Amino acid sequence: MRHWVEVRRGAYRDSVTLMRVSRLVSARDGVDGAMAAMGTPLNAGVLERMGFTVPDGAGAGDLVVAIRAEDDDALEGAREALEGLLREEARAPEGGGLLGAPPAPRTMASAAARGDAGVALLSVPGPHVFPEAMDALDAGLNVMIFSDNVPPTQEIALKEAAARRGLIVMGPDCGTASVGGVGLGFANAVRPGPVGIVAASGTGAQQLMCLLDAAGAGVSHVLGVGGRDLSARVSGRSALSALAALDADPGTGLIVLVSKPPAPQVADLIREAARRLDTPVLFALPVPGEDDLTRTAEKALTALGLKVPEWPRWPAERRPAPRRGTALRGLFAGGTLCDEAEVIAREALGWDLEARGHAFTDFGADAYTRGRAHPMIDPTLRLEALAGAAADPATGVLLVDVVLGFGAEDDPAAALAPVLAAALRDRSELAAVVSLCGTPADPQDRDRQAAALRDAGADVFASNAQAARHAARLAGAAGRDGAGHAEEAP
Amino acid sequence: MTGGEARPPLGGLLAREPRVVTAGVEVLADALARQAVPVEAVDWRPPPPGTEAALAAVLGAPGHAEANARAVERMVTARPHLVDVRPAREVLGLEPGAFLHAGPPLEWERASGPMRGALIGAMLLEGLAETPPGAERELARGGVTFEPCHHHGAVGPMAGVVSPSMWMLVVEDAEHGGTSYCSLNEGLGKVLRYGAYGPEVIARLAWMGEVLGPALRAAVRAHGPLDLLSIIAQALQMGDELHNRNRAATSLLLRELAPDLAAASEVPRERAAEALRFAAGNDHFFLNAGMAAAKAAADAARGVPGSSLVVAMARNGTDFGIQVSGTGDRWFTGPAGVPDGLYLGDHGPADANPDIGDSAITETAGMGGFALAAAPAIVRFVGGEVPDAVAATQRMYEITLAEHPALRIPLLSFRGTPVGVDVTRVVRTGILPVIDTGIAGREAGTGQVGAGLVEPPGGIFTDALHALAETV
Repeated sequence: MRHWVEVRRGAYRDSVTLMRVSRLVSARDGVDGAMAAMGTPLNAGVLERMGFTVPDGAGAGDLVVAIRAEDDDALEGAREALEGLLREEARAPEGGGLLGAPPAPRTMASAAARGDAGVALLSVPGPHVFPEAMDALDAGLNVMIFSDNVPPTQEIALKEAAARRGLIVMGPDCGTASVGGVGLGFANAVRPGPVGIVAASGTGAQQLMCLLDAAGAGVSHVLGVGGRDLSARVSGRSALSALAALDADPGTGLIVLVSKPPAPQVADLIREAARRLDTPVLFALPVPGEDDLTRTAEKALTALGLKVPEWPRWPAERRPAPRRGTALRGLFAGGTLCDEAEVIAREALGWDLEARGHAFTDFGADAYTRGRAHPMIDPTLRLEALAGAAADPATGVLLVDVVLGFGAEDDPAAALAPVLAAALRDRSELAAVVSLCGTPADPQDRDRQAAALRDAGADVFASNAQAARHAARLAGAAGRDGAGHAEEAP
Repeated sequence: MTGGEARPPLGGLLAREPRVVTAGVEVLADALARQAVPVEAVDWRPPPPGTEAALAAVLGAPGHAEANARAVERMVTARPHLVDVRPAREVLGLEPGAFLHAGPPLEWERASGPMRGALIGAMLLEGLAETPPGAERELARGGVTFEPCHHHGAVGPMAGVVSPSMWMLVVEDAEHGGTSYCSLNEGLGKVLRYGAYGPEVIARLAWMGEVLGPALRAAVRAHGPLDLLSIIAQALQMGDELHNRNRAATSLLLRELAPDLAAASEVPRERAAEALRFAAGNDHFFLNAGMAAAKAAADAARGVPGSSLVVAMARNGTDFGIQVSGTGDRWFTGPAGVPDGLYLGDHGPADANPDIGDSAITETAGMGGFALAAAPAIVRFVGGEVPDAVAATQRMYEITLAEHPALRIPLLSFRGTPVGVDVTRVVRTGILPVIDTGIAGREAGTGQVGAGLVEPPGGIFTDALHALAETV
């Protein structure tokens, strides 16, 4: 038998708590007797009768803890259990207990203290992000910062603080993440699978998620890093953490990094880090000469030994007759989708797009979102611009994206389809192409959205690259011969 | 997690069902709720304009969180013991003509009615003046000196005036080694600390110096170091919050000291009986010991560079002042507010003096208003029903750094009291510390007119934040 008795001066606990602790420790396997009690003469007597020797000088204000166990292991286990029970932090009762719910938490730290959270999602105005984000990190939470307008020095300070704690800061200006199937910010409902995504581009990540889902491959996690992470200043701090975390994740068999072109020295850093991982890494950088997002998805499928499918498309029955000299107008909500479409259009229609009257606009860019919601939440501004472009006789082809998923508006086709239908009804020579980024499981139901947009007269594509090529072909055909409908090459 | 074990990447983020804390646009929290993810939504509000840079500087300073953790750990691990009772001239080295007072530094010209009254009374007690007008003339002339109790490791309730002949409780922190002092409680009604200085006030103070002080000294010395935190912890579970209600704590203290007092051969029987009768007839007798205990705990947390922990909240009847761990002995002051409360007899708010006293040291150390949920009996007295008291304590968790490991509130499932006011959290949330307080009459000589709740002026926390930002 092993005995252990200790006196803790001035460590008051009420008797009910101590009796509970004593009972729980006594009930452990290998424990022959245990008692934690204030050192009153009465309790000292009980301890003596239990066979413990109470040290001299233990008074009523001192806590006496005593354990007898059959061997060292049992004693050690019982001591740990006792410490844990004594230390046990009482939490506010669920729902606030008998006197009602506690008031809502006012800081990240106090919210974190109420539950076992793993991640904080911040969308307060940029100048106010830093205290909350630092608080969340101090509370042991990973942080996703949806907000923009966070100074780069603060971004770096937060990412360094996260690294010291073994955590990640996703963002600032991070629109999309998906962790264990849960979408944070704008994210699609995708099936679970082996592909992990590191994203400095929100809609780029969403396009990959949706294509991989359509191909039956699925996604493990999407870790956003923010649009500035791969800049020379921020130097990929979060991308490196994200790569390492996905590499260590047993559910991830392949990693895709999607980003606008990184600063050259950062690109080298990332590629070097990627080479050292056990998990293969593909890069999706929508620039001329690099793979587009669809091609990257196809490479990922091939690397996983999966078949590349026909990407979903919903062609309209309508056959417009474009006029010579008309232009392609791309009106996008997703920045990366816009960039990708523009690169493809330049390759198809010539590098001097603007000189030929073609135009691409990203309504998610800061200039359009200052003081108002993103077009994926509030479509008003883009719909107005779309009606304007449709009425412009110089416009021959409209190319728009529709991004579905959590966080996006409830039924985008409900507002967009009538605008498109009216435009196409008024101008028989006008063509409309929709890049539809979504999955059948999204709350908006991709297939219902696709049908509504197709019925309005638009050709609808799940692949943004295919949509862009199709639109460019329509515009190019108009530019070349001024007549006829260009069939999509098989 | 122990040493050699590898920590899971990102705190295990990728390995378990996420639970999310959100602040900001509701649509993002809604989207999570639609995915059946547990969400804790923060009721976030922007901090005052112009504080963004200072908040970022303080919170972004490397080691800030560690500094606060260290400071508050020192605060809650302090083990204040009552070790002696001695005259102020001995323990504080107070010379004739030197006084201490509550709150941040003050000049006679700006002193409030009760502060003037208490100083007048102290002049009379010390024999430095024959009459109140004579005392006032001498005080106005600058014939005596007075400085904050806090500058001498002491605290004083209400006006907090300490003069050389007053007896002080001597409290030592057995954990960190500090020493703190507080005068003896005079009881209620017309008393010096509320600014009364009539003959009965002076007579009582003289008796306290001749009889009560020596009797307590004998009892405490015979008893040996008396663990005040243990009494406070027990009293809290018996319905005291240790600022406006000290009934249980007073009883527990007397239970500890009475046998030693009865056995003290150097104290005549009738004097021992007088002392016990006086203490037992005053529910606030423990307050001063509790204040000294709180002062010891707060002082243990002083001087941690970079820490935004508040280590003193004190009022002198004119100004409300705070001191912060990371900014040394500097005071940040603003106008003291008039408490919101209930009034005695036919007194009303027009009779009330602005907030006064060092007793907010109890709130500084996680008692008083911060422990309102533990004291249902005083809730109506200080503003409302039991749920209001619970709400007040719960609100304080938003601005504090820890929960007190020893001071636990039965009504909150034995959660520890909120302890360690953090300047950055006060600024960020706009939530001000809730302080239980007595209300002194505005006119010198009146005494107590009521009791209630008061808040500090918000600007002093912003000032402290900016000052701390310059140090990091």
